[in-house]
Amino acid sequence: MSREKELLRKEMMPHMLCPGCGHGIVMGAMLRVLSRRFETLDDVVLVAGIGCSSRIVGYIDACTLHTTHGRALTFATGIKLARPDLTVIVVTGDGDGLSIGGNHFLHAARRNVGLTCVLFNNETYGMTGGQLAPTTVLNAYTSTSPDGNTEPAFDAANLAIAAGATFVARGQAFRTDALEDLFDQALDNDGFSFLDVMTDCTEYFVRKNSLGHGSDALFSQGSVDEEIQCDLAAGPTLRAADGWPTRDILPTGVLHRASRPSLSARLELAGQAAR
Amino acid sequence: MAERHLIQGNEACAQGAIAAGCRFFGGYPISPSSEIAEYMARELPKRGGVFIQMEDEMASLGSVLGASLAGMKAMTATSGPGFTLMQEHLGYASLAEIPCVVADVMRLGPSTGLPTSPSQGDVMQAQWGSHGDRSAVALAPGTVKEVYDLTIGAFDVAERLRTPVTLLFDETTGHTREGVSLVEPDPGSLWRRPMPHPAPGHLLEAFVPNEEGVAQVPDFGRGYRFHVTGLMHDERGYPTSDGSVAAALLERLERKLVPVEDWFPPEEHCLDDAGVAIIAYGIMGRVVKQVVDRLRAEGTRAGMFRPRVLWPFPARTLKRAINRARLVVVVEMNAGQWAIPVEQAMEGRVQTVRVNSLGGEPIGVDELCEQVAKAAFAEAGVA
Ligand code: SF4
Repeated sequence: MSREKELLRKEMMPHMLCPGCGHGIVMGAMLRVLSRRFETLDDVVLVAGIGCSSRIVGYIDACTLHTTHGRALTFATGIKLARPDLTVIVVTGDGDGLSIGGNHFLHAARRNVGLTCVLFNNETYGMTGGQLAPTTVLNAYTSTSPDGNTEPAFDAANLAIAAGATFVARGQAFRTDALEDLFDQALDNDGFSFLDVMTDCTEYFVRKNSLGHGSDALFSQGSVDEEIQCDLAAGPTLRAADGWPTRDILPTGVLHRASRPSLSARLELAGQAAR
Repeated sequence: MAERHLIQGNEACAQGAIAAGCRFFGGYPISPSSEIAEYMARELPKRGGVFIQMEDEMASLGSVLGASLAGMKAMTATSGPGFTLMQEHLGYASLAEIPCVVADVMRLGPSTGLPTSPSQGDVMQAQWGSHGDRSAVALAPGTVKEVYDLTIGAFDVAERLRTPVTLLFDETTGHTREGVSLVEPDPGSLWRRPMPHPAPGHLLEAFVPNEEGVAQVPDFGRGYRFHVTGLMHDERGYPTSDGSVAAALLERLERKLVPVEDWFPPEEHCLDDAGVAIIAYGIMGRVVKQVVDRLRAEGTRAGMFRPRVLWPFPARTLKRAINRARLVVVVEMNAGQWAIPVEQAMEGRVQTVRVNSLGGEPIGVDELCEQVAKAAFAEAGVA
């Protein structure tokens, strides 16, 4: 049995992800990195919010915490401050992390809490049936934007950079080799690491927008130079002439690094001064 | 005899928490509770503890629950509007059995209300504010010294039963300065959460209850790998959609709280032969005590029952204590929130009367004497 398979909780199988869903691919990439970095996951805490992506922490044999909708980062902050020696990883979705949990996201980044936040970004609410998310591209069809989305989407990575994250990267379920490398680098950082991972909700978003089958949807992430093809200026339609959705150009790879002490390091210094 | 100090209720709460071993405070500023956070911000770092001001009250309690799961005794403090925002995580802490203490220094609501006026308006919220059938623990100290003692007691209950505990006191108690001598508890006497016995590693028994019906969840980072969720779960801590497992879990969570009323006996004043039992808690107990003395001097056999446990509702204790009463008067600084379960417990066998104050001011001794005398007269007339 491969090392990463040993890190799965057999009792939790079968998992609840739909066929073709990109989340399983992302989880696989995370497991491979964890299996390379750790003998056991005794000192690794995986914290998640609510949604399809958040359910995956339960499948991993670590200290796992499935919290409330949007608030995983607040629990994770408490864990990290109480036990700075633990590796804390937050798994969240785009609705969970950027809509209901948007405020917590900004403040965790600003504080530079020493944890890695992995955002499974499929541009929709999967678990509740494919509704509009703050990351849904303009004009996309969802169950709550039946005539096409009229709101611009958040760029999660830019938000993280503006808020003060010290490592920010974007990866894709389409390129797991690159994703593994980015996750590995994110874990190396002492402060707040943010990894925006583009993945696909095959059950809802992909179907509603006729993006083809799972593999087609995956390929739509990698059309040109591993960037998403886009042409917003060209017009308000979701689909370009070739049938792919029009999206903003989303660069991938490491997007930002900064060197700042983590919150735990600052608190330790302040505590020494107080004593 | 311990030294006497002049301190306010909010400081007593913070000092009690530190004496109880609390080393994590996640908070958000709100009147009239902010002094608790300020005290913790000054004192916790000196003791190797952590203070953090979070971005809102949901985050405050979230950070507290995280710290608690990582092994620290942890608390937050707030007032009505913030307490409302915390209901989501109070429900989570109940279901996932995470020890924590929430001090709610009550002010007049609803909404922003009168932020600096006392009230007892969060009594029902403490029990029923979160969705679902949650069993809650709420303690109601009535003096500055009791705020200290019951804060320590709140941590003991939270740890022993792995449950959130709410401390309910009002703005007046929070801000009144009293000369008190506080006795620090012997650290060995403090309760610590039950720890599991099985060997470390992949743990499939994190939520198997002990003999008190309490899950034995290890702290994170102690060699055990296990799952915690706000979904209905089995004794492994794994999600389940089996209705019978969910129902059994909710019943256990309710059952484990039953002994709490016995751990904090009520204050009883002249109840032995009282035909008129006046029920009051928190700050109103101080007024009612004087009312009882005056009514007695005037020839009415009155007595006071002041519960220190509001939830779970102490029906056994109450019925035992006031079994001679022919008239029960419930005095509250709300519209009768605790009178509702009192009336239910009396099952219509005893006449009950409510005396309420809704304007953000405690009811005075004169007014209360008059109201109780009137009710007693009416009751005698009926009898
Ligand atoms: S609903 Fe969408 S996001 Fe959720 S598991 Fe299915 S495909 Fe994946």
